[in-house]
Amino acid sequence: MATVAAPVQPSATLATSTLGIAKRGLLKYLRTPQLVVLGTIQGALFLLIFRYVFGGAIGAGGLDYVDFLVPGFITTGILFSGMGAAAGIAEDLQQGLVDRLRSLPIPRSAVLAGRALADTAVLVWGLLVTAAIGFAVGFRLHGSVQDALVAFGLLVVFGFAFEWLFLTLGLFAGTPQAAQGLALLVFPLTFVSSAYVPVETMPSWMQGVAEHQPITVMVDAVRVLTQGPAAEALLGHSAGFYMVRSLAWSAAILAVFVPLAVARYRRG
Amino acid sequence: MIPTIEATGLTKRFGKTVALDGLDLVAEPGQVLAVLGPNGAGKTTFVRMVATLLRPDAGELRVAGHDVRREPRAVRRVIGLAGQHAAVEPAMTGRENLELVARLYGQERRAAKANTTRALAQLGLNEAAARLVRTYSGGMRRKLDLAASLVGTPRLLLLDEPTTGLDPRSRIELWDAIAALVAAGTDVLLTTQYLDEADHLAGQIVIIDHGRAVAAGTPSELKGRAGRNVIEVHTRDKADLARVAAALAGLDHGQAQVEEATRRVSVAVEAGTDRLRDALRSLDTAGVAVEDVSLRRPTLDEVFLALTGQALTQAPDDAAGHPAA
Repeated sequence: MATVAAPVQPSATLATSTLGIAKRGLLKYLRTPQLVVLGTIQGALFLLIFRYVFGGAIGAGGLDYVDFLVPGFITTGILFSGMGAAAGIAEDLQQGLVDRLRSLPIPRSAVLAGRALADTAVLVWGLLVTAAIGFAVGFRLHGSVQDALVAFGLLVVFGFAFEWLFLTLGLFAGTPQAAQGLALLVFPLTFVSSAYVPVETMPSWMQGVAEHQPITVMVDAVRVLTQGPAAEALLGHSAGFYMVRSLAWSAAILAVFVPLAVARYRRG
Repeated sequence: MIPTIEATGLTKRFGKTVALDGLDLVAEPGQVLAVLGPNGAGKTTFVRMVATLLRPDAGELRVAGHDVRREPRAVRRVIGLAGQHAAVEPAMTGRENLELVARLYGQERRAAKANTTRALAQLGLNEAAARLVRTYSGGMRRKLDLAASLVGTPRLLLLDEPTTGLDPRSRIELWDAIAALVAAGTDVLLTTQYLDEADHLAGQIVIIDHGRAVAAGTPSELKGRAGRNVIEVHTRDKADLARVAAALAGLDHGQAQVEEATRRVSVAVEAGTDRLRDALRSLDTAGVAVEDVSLRRPTLDEVFLALTGQALTQAPDDAAGHPAA
């Protein structure tokens, strides 16, 4: 009987399978209007509240508060979007989709890479929307457009790295609810940073954490790149200083969370 | 001939829970093997191992001759998995879902489209193919899930409780679809807690309980294993049930099972036709109006009870012949 003939099925390549899985993640987002619309409205509301409610009470040195705030806001949007990513992978696990994918003859890394890619694409959309709203409420570039594009590129790299942190949380959480809960624990990072207020206004023991943690470094990189000399004077370092540090943080986050996520995924 | 599945002393623990406790099982090519057992017997653990989703703690498992631990990719090329959940993407259409899976099996775009069209037709999903899956009914999602496991034209289809939670009509439709696949030559490993499902679809049944195989054979061999016949009486009036039970209690084993909902009384007997005559005589003496009397072989349900001393739980409402044990 020929039933045990050599398998005729080829295997999908890493690129094909990663792109296929990424496409599915993107379609899911684009075809769920609640996700697109609600996310955008939430972002806009918070930005307006900070800009007009708290803004008056917060001094930002040599910068207009709106110019100080919007880079912080765009950066912390990465964490908001990451919550969705954590819940998304947990949902895939719970609904058996990951089981199906793991039973297919595709490279094991494709499923996570595909998700990270799709989530990053969603994130880029979020960055663009937040930036547009920022411009609408008075944010202006005081540096070159080229620098602004560099800032954008850094944000995408940083966002991609953070997606892996959230994928890891989602994989360990197992259910979307638990994933949301775990992801919320990351939120203090956004407040204990320079995103909304200057770090110098915090108690000194907190400044130590706030000044060096990844969000602050990334926010300040965007500030210096979009606000030019005024921001450099306020923050005390050049663009290069913050760029190198934000890339280092991205690399460090990837170095820790890619292996963690992959190990968790392989274990099943 | 290399067996489709060959498990030897398969063991898996989750913490203190022993899910599989030295399971031995062989599935020959060209057949549907049903793994039958109650909740928690280890059925899903076993399927997940065959699908390379879980690694055995001990023992050996070969799928089409490939060791699941050493050659998982070779195993993945020959299997198609349809799990307990409908693992399809609600935000994509039926066709998009299948094409994605086909592409993930490494098929070229054109082959993926062709296989998708074939799988949609096989499961009668042509009309719904262009609709988003979130508009599908539960039964349709399961069918699409089954179709997704088929686009890779697998040699071995793994169906983990494919009809759990479906309404009776969807179950029967899915059974028909599975039977058609089997007729077309796909080997199937099916887990179920429904005896009628195993009876209906499988050529071979392995009954497992507490992670171990307790019996194996064809449906009729297993029914024969209980070694008895069953006389079943259907009464016209519910009020007569007790009198019928009393009349039948004098026969052989004397343990009459009464099922009120369906107005049925059944009793196990050793010598079939002789006892049927005795039964008719005592019913006549008791003077009860009877709708129907039959002599039949025991159902798998009764076999399971005889083999494990425990009834299967959560059988579907429409399943026939569940004794009120």
